[in-house]
Parts: sequence; structure tokens; C-alpha cells
Amino acid sequence: MAEAAQADSVDPIHQFAINDIVTFGEIGGVKIAFTNSALFMVIVVALIAAFLLLTTSGRGLVPSRLQSMAEISYEFVANMLRESAGTEGMRFFPFVFSLFMFVLFANLIGMVPYFFTVTSHIIITFAMAMTVFLTVIIYGFWRNGLGFLKLFVPQGVPGVLLPLIVAIEVLSFLSRPISLSVRLFANMLAGHITLKVFAGFVISLSAFGAAGFLGAVIPLALTVALTALEFLVAFLQAYVFAILTCMYLNDAIHPSH
Amino acid sequence: MASHSHSETVAASEVAGGEAHGAFPPFDPETFGSQLFWLVITFGLLYYLMAKVALPRIGTILEERNDRIADDLAEAEKLKQETDEAIATYEQALGEARQNAHGIGHAARDKAKAKIDADRNRIDADLGETINAAEAEIATAAAGALADLETIARDAAEALVDELVGGGTGKADIAAAVDAAMKEGL
Repeated sequence: MAEAAQADSVDPIHQFAINDIVTFGEIGGVKIAFTNSALFMVIVVALIAAFLLLTTSGRGLVPSRLQSMAEISYEFVANMLRESAGTEGMRFFPFVFSLFMFVLFANLIGMVPYFFTVTSHIIITFAMAMTVFLTVIIYGFWRNGLGFLKLFVPQGVPGVLLPLIVAIEVLSFLSRPISLSVRLFANMLAGHITLKVFAGFVISLSAFGAAGFLGAVIPLALTVALTALEFLVAFLQAYVFAILTCMYLNDAIHPSH
Repeated sequence: MASHSHSETVAASEVAGGEAHGAFPPFDPETFGSQLFWLVITFGLLYYLMAKVALPRIGTILEERNDRIADDLAEAEKLKQETDEAIATYEQALGEARQNAHGIGHAARDKAKAKIDADRNRIDADLGETINAAEAEIATAAAGALADLETIARDAAEALVDELVGGGTGKADIAAAVDAAMKEGL
């Protein structure tokens, strides 16, 4: 056990391990357990709810600082959605807002040492991307009928090129859930691995005495810089995920471009 | 990782659930079921809380504030208009008052001037009369004095003649001589 714990402290992959806390049993042969990942999903949702509900409970006409933050997040996402998908897109506002806040809080909480990053698992990001993808398809057909297929037929394209263009459009449409989910997952995964590797260098070098301590200054400085970069990435990826969702939803509302 | 046991025993999976299988944790399908299960529950709850409570509340707060700001701006605009009207009324009243004051001042000045002129004329007239009377008096007195002078001169000449030649000289001669002397002297 002790040997395993020591190996864990420098193993950059260990931080992504999922451990069962309580196992409930199986649904259709699939094991269902309350894991550390589930715990952090609960924490993320609890924090978002606490942040938005507690700060706005005063309903101040003149907002407090925290209420201002809640209002800014609201207006940030609302403007993002309205600019990309128009007023009609606002029916998806709770969905886009929940996605943005969930990804943002999961990314930011993952920055705390020893905390689990929910969005560093492909299945989570892929599930969210598929939700967006299916929402676009179902709403697109429900609202526009077969007119939704105009999405794949750009106007003003010469007849000869049309089959090729349509094939490319369909392919790019189908690859959306993959690119959307892999972008977020890979950013989180790679960032955390890089941080852990550089932080591990600090520990490994310190083991070599005074010279090692001096040498460890460089990876330490890099770790500090990378931490700042990762905070930026945490916000940026949440923003990218949300803005792409807005654009895809716009396709469902206005398929002919 | 190599140092880790690859055994499939339950005991090992309790220590490190994902690693026990040696798979890269994010690609370990064993955990997908649990993750999706809890994602659906937690994200569903989050969506419900956002859609039903948080977002309507923040939306209402923002709307109320915008309404309030719009109301306040309208009220300010109305008050400004009223102020402008009051200022215009005041300016008009001030202009009228100034004109009135000017008229009153002008009238008062004219009246005062007329009164002064009348007074001056009256005083001038009075003074003229007094001067005329005084001049007449002086003229009378002067005439009287001249007449007396002749009589005195005649008496004095008569007395002198009497003293020098002793009577006998006619009064008429003396008077004629005095007259002649006086005419010559004057």
C-alpha cells in the first residue's frame, strides 16, 4: 500500500482514476456506483446552485458584489446565445447556461489540488456533446421539417460541386459531437498531466540535495505559470463549449445559411 | 503502473477502482455506467434548478432594475420639462416686470420733471415780481432823493448867497443858477 501511495504521488495518470465510494449494484449488467467523479458532480451542482441562489436571495435593486457576479454570468451567457442564435434561441437559455456553468465549475474545481476534474473524462464531455447534437437534430427537424436538411446544401454552389460539398457538410456535422467533446476532454486531461509532471519534477529534483533544490526552481516556476494558464484554459474551454453550442443551436433554428 | 497489481480481485479494485484493470482511467468503460448515471442526475437537477428557480429570479431582478431605470429616466425627463417651463414662465414674468418698472420709472421721472418745471416757473415769476417791485421802489426813492437834493441845494445856495452878499438876490435867480449848476454837474 505504502509503495502504491508513493507511486501515486508522481504518477500523472493517477489523478484521473475513478474510485467507488458506494456501490449500488447493476442496471442491465452495468455497474452503478457513487464514485469520486459523482461526488464532484454533486459538489459542482451544489456550488452553482448555492452561488446563484444565495447571492440573489436578497433580490437587491442595487446588487451586492456577489449578486453582481450572478447577474454578470446570466447576462454573459444570455448575450452569447442571443448574438449567435437570435431571440428565438433564448428558449435554450437554461440549457446553455447549465452547460456553461457545469463545465466552468467542473474545470475550476478541478484546479484545486487533490480534487477530481469531472470534465477530464471523455464519457462526460461526450455525453454533453451528444445532448447538444441530439437537441440540434430533434429541434431542427421538429421546427423546420425536412427544411432542416437545407443546412447541408449551401446556396450558390455550382451543381457539379454540390455532391462533394454536401458530403463535406454532412461529415463536418457528424463530427461535431466528437470535436466538441474531445476538445474539452483533451484540454483538461493534457493540462492536468502537464501540471502534475512539472510538479513531479520539483519533488524528484529536490531529492538530490542542494543542487537539486536550485534545479527545482525552474519546474516550480513553470508549474506556477502553468497553473495560471490552466485557470485561463478552464474558463476558455467552458466558453468555447458554450459558444459552439449556441452556434449549433442556431443551425437548428436557421438551417439555411 | 507497472508496480501495480493487475489482478482482477475485488480487494484490488477497492484500492484503486480504475487502475486495477490497467486501463487509462478516462477510457475505462467499466466506469462509464456510473459516470453517465450521475451525470444525468446531477445535470438534470442543475437544469431544473436553473430553469425553474435561478434564471427566472435573476431575469426578474434585471427586468425590474431596467424598468426602474427607465421609469426614473422618464420621471427625470418630465421634471426637466417642468423645470424648463417654470424657467420660461419666470423669464417672461421677469421681462414684463422689467418693462413695467421701466414705465413706472419713466412716468415718475416725467411727473417729477413737470413738477420741478412748474415750481421753477412759479418761483421765477415770484422773483421777477419782487425784483420789479424792488426796482420800482429804488427808482421812486432815487427820484425822491434827487428832488430833495435840488431843494437842499437851492436852500444851501440861498443861505450861502444870503451870507455872502446879504439878501436882495431873488429866489428865482438862485433856483435858475442851481438848476444850471446841477445840469452841468450831473
